[in-house]
Amino acid sequence: MDYHWDWLFFFRETDDGLKYYDWILSGLGWTTLVSLASLALALALGSALGVMRTTPKRWLVAIGDAYVDVFRNIPLIVQLFMWFFVVPELVPDRLGMWMKQDLPYVVIAVVGLGLYTAARIAEQVKAGINSLSRGQRNAGLALGLTEWQTYRHVRLPMAYRIVLPAMTSEAMNIFKNSAVTYAVGILELYFQYKQIIEKTSQVLEITIVVTLAYFALAFLMNRLLAFIERRTRVPGLIVGGKGSN
Amino acid sequence: MIEIKNVSKWYGSFQVLTDCTTNVKKSEVVVVCGPSGSGKSTLIKCVNALEPFQKGSIVVNGVAVEDPKTNLPKLRAQVGMVFQNFELFPHMTITDNLTIAQIKVLGRSREEAVDKGLKLLDRVGLKAQAAKYPGQLSGGQQQRVAIARALAMDPICMLFDEPTSALDPEMINEVLDVMVQLAHEGMTMMCVTHEMGFARKVAHRVIFMDRGAIVEDAAKDDFFGQPRSERAQNFLAKILHH
Amino acid sequence: MSDFDFSVILENWGFLAQGLRYTVQVTITAMLGGILIGTVLALMRLSSLPPLQWFAAGYVNIFRSVPLVQVILAFYLILPMVLQMITGKQMPIGAANSAYFTFTVFEAAYYSEIMRSGIQSVPRGQVAAGYAMGFTYGQTMRLVVLPQAFRNMLPVLLTQTIILFQDVSLVYAIGATDFFGAADKITQRDLRPVEMYTTVAVVYFVICFTLSRLVKLLQSRIAIIR
Repeated sequence: MDYHWDWLFFFRETDDGLKYYDWILSGLGWTTLVSLASLALALALGSALGVMRTTPKRWLVAIGDAYVDVFRNIPLIVQLFMWFFVVPELVPDRLGMWMKQDLPYVVIAVVGLGLYTAARIAEQVKAGINSLSRGQRNAGLALGLTEWQTYRHVRLPMAYRIVLPAMTSEAMNIFKNSAVTYAVGILELYFQYKQIIEKTSQVLEITIVVTLAYFALAFLMNRLLAFIERRTRVPGLIVGGKGSN
Repeated sequence: MIEIKNVSKWYGSFQVLTDCTTNVKKSEVVVVCGPSGSGKSTLIKCVNALEPFQKGSIVVNGVAVEDPKTNLPKLRAQVGMVFQNFELFPHMTITDNLTIAQIKVLGRSREEAVDKGLKLLDRVGLKAQAAKYPGQLSGGQQQRVAIARALAMDPICMLFDEPTSALDPEMINEVLDVMVQLAHEGMTMMCVTHEMGFARKVAHRVIFMDRGAIVEDAAKDDFFGQPRSERAQNFLAKILHH
Repeated sequence: MSDFDFSVILENWGFLAQGLRYTVQVTITAMLGGILIGTVLALMRLSSLPPLQWFAAGYVNIFRSVPLVQVILAFYLILPMVLQMITGKQMPIGAANSAYFTFTVFEAAYYSEIMRSGIQSVPRGQVAAGYAMGFTYGQTMRLVVLPQAFRNMLPVLLTQTIILFQDVSLVYAIGATDFFGAADKITQRDLRPVEMYTTVAVVYFVICFTLSRLVKLLQSRIAIIR
C-alpha cells in the first residue's frame, strides 16, 4: 500500500501556531465538558421524568410518557438542528435574537444532548422503580412518610442501585453521542478529527489516536461507575435477581 | 379506636369489599381470617389508607381516613403496620430502618431515635444485629425488626397483614411470641392471620371474611365453639384438620 | 409560526422523498446484513475456540465504543484506499455507497450483542436435545437454537433497527443525501430552516413512534405465546 505513515505529524505546527496534538487535546476537553454537563442535566431531568411516570397522577404520567416518546423518536442530529435553527424562530423575537447572538453554542448543544439523553435515563429510572415491590412503597407510607419522602428515602435509592449497570452504558454512550454536536459548531474531538484529516490526510494515524481517545473516555466512565457500584453495594442483597420474574 | 362502617371497594367493576362493618376497641386484639382472596388484606390496608375505598367510612382515633382533608402521613405515623414480606428497606442498616421515620416524620433527633430504636431492637432480641443490613438476617429476624420499626413510632394501634405467612415454619413462633407479648401489654391490634393458635391465645374477637364480606364477627370463644355460618365452619375444619 | 410556509415543503417533496427512500434502503440493507454478520459474530463469541472469541469480542467492543459519525467518515476515506490496494485501481465509491457498507459493519456489532443474549436465553437442555437427536453443531444451531433465539429477540432486534433508521441521519458527516441531508440541502438553498427541519422531525417521529408501538404490540404477543 502506498499510504505514507507519519506519526510525527502530531507534533507539527498548524496554521494557527498550535501543534496538532493541541487540537486533539482541546477537542478532548470540549468532548469531556459537553458530555459531563449533558449527563448531569440528563440525570436530573431523566430522574424527575422517570419518577413522574411512576406516580398515581395520570397527568404526570402522560407528560412523562409524551416526553420520552418525542425525544426517543427523533434523531439526535435533527433535535440539535431544531434547537439551533428552529426554536429561536418560534420563540418571541427578542428571546430568539438572544439565543442566536448571545447564548453560547455550547449551552444549546448541552441542552440538546441533555434533553435527548434524559429520555433514555427516564426509561431506566422508571424501570428501576417499577421493579421494586409495591410493598416497599406501602411500608414507607405506613410509617408516615409522605409520597415524596418515600421516593427520596426508600424507592429511588434502591431503583438507582438496580439500574446502575444500564446507567453505566448510557453514561459511556454520552461521549459517543457528543460527537454529533460537531454539526452545530462545537469544536469537540470529532470536529478536530475531521479538521485534521482535511489538513493533513493522515487518516489512519488520526483515526487510531481518536479511537483510542474515545476508548479511554468510555473506559474511565466505566471505572468510575464500577467504583460507585462497589461503594453503594448493599451487604446481603443480590441486585438484579429481581428482574427475571 | 378503629371504626369501620359499611366499607365497599371496587377494582373497576369487580367488587373486592362489600359493606364491611366492625369495630376495634382500645386494647382489643382482633384476628381477621378467611380464605385467600376474601379481601382481608385489602380491608386492613384500608384502615391506614394504603388502599382507597369508594363507599363507607373508617374512623381511626376520631379521624376519618377517607376524608380528603385528613393528613394521611400523620395518621399513618400513629398506626403501626407489619407486612407479609417484612418490607424492611434493603439499602439501609437495621438501625437506619428503625430510625428513618422517627427522624423524618416525628422530627426526633438522631440520638433520640437511635436510642429508642435500639431499645426496641433489644426487646425483640436482636440488639446484636443493629449494624447489619436486612439481607443478612433470616426471615423471622427481619419480621421482628419490622415489628420493632413500627413500634418505634409509638403507635396507638398495630395492623398485622399476614405477618407469618412468608416465613419458614421454624421461624413462625419467634414472631408470634413478640406479637403475644404485645397483646398482653394491652396494644390495640388488628391481625390478618391464619395462626389459629395465636387467635385462641390472645384474640378477643375473630372476624371471618369470605368473598369481600364480613361473614362472622364474634367473640373468640363463640367463634371457635360454635361458628354460625357454614362457610366459617368449613374454613375452620380445613385449617384445623390440616 | 404565522409565516410557516407549507408550499416550501410541497415544492421540495420529491427531493425529500428521494432522501427518505435512501434512508430506508440503507436501513434495510444494514438490518439484513447486520443481523447476518451479527449472528456469525455471536456464534464466534460463544464458541469454544479462543481466537474466534477474541476476534468477535474485539470487533464488538471497538465498534461499540467509537462514535458512529467517526466510523462513517473513517470508512468513507479508508474504504477506497483498501479497494485500491486490492484491485490496484482507483475506486471512488462515493458517500452514498460507502454508507451501506459502514452501517452494515457497524450495526453488526450491536445486533451481535442482541443475538448473543438471545442464544444464551435458549435453555442449555435444547442444545443437549439437539445433539442427542444426532444433529451436528451446525444443525443444532440452525434448526434448534437460532430460531428460538431469533424469536425471543425479535422485538429487541426491531428496536435496534428503529435506532439504526434514526442513525442514518448521521451520513450528514460525509454529505450523502439521506432524508435529513435532503432537507438540509434545501435549507442551504431556500433558507427555510423552520419548515425543513420541522418536517424532518415530524416525519421521523411519526414513523419511529408508529414502529415502536408495533414492536410493543409484537412484544406482548410473543409474551403470550411463551
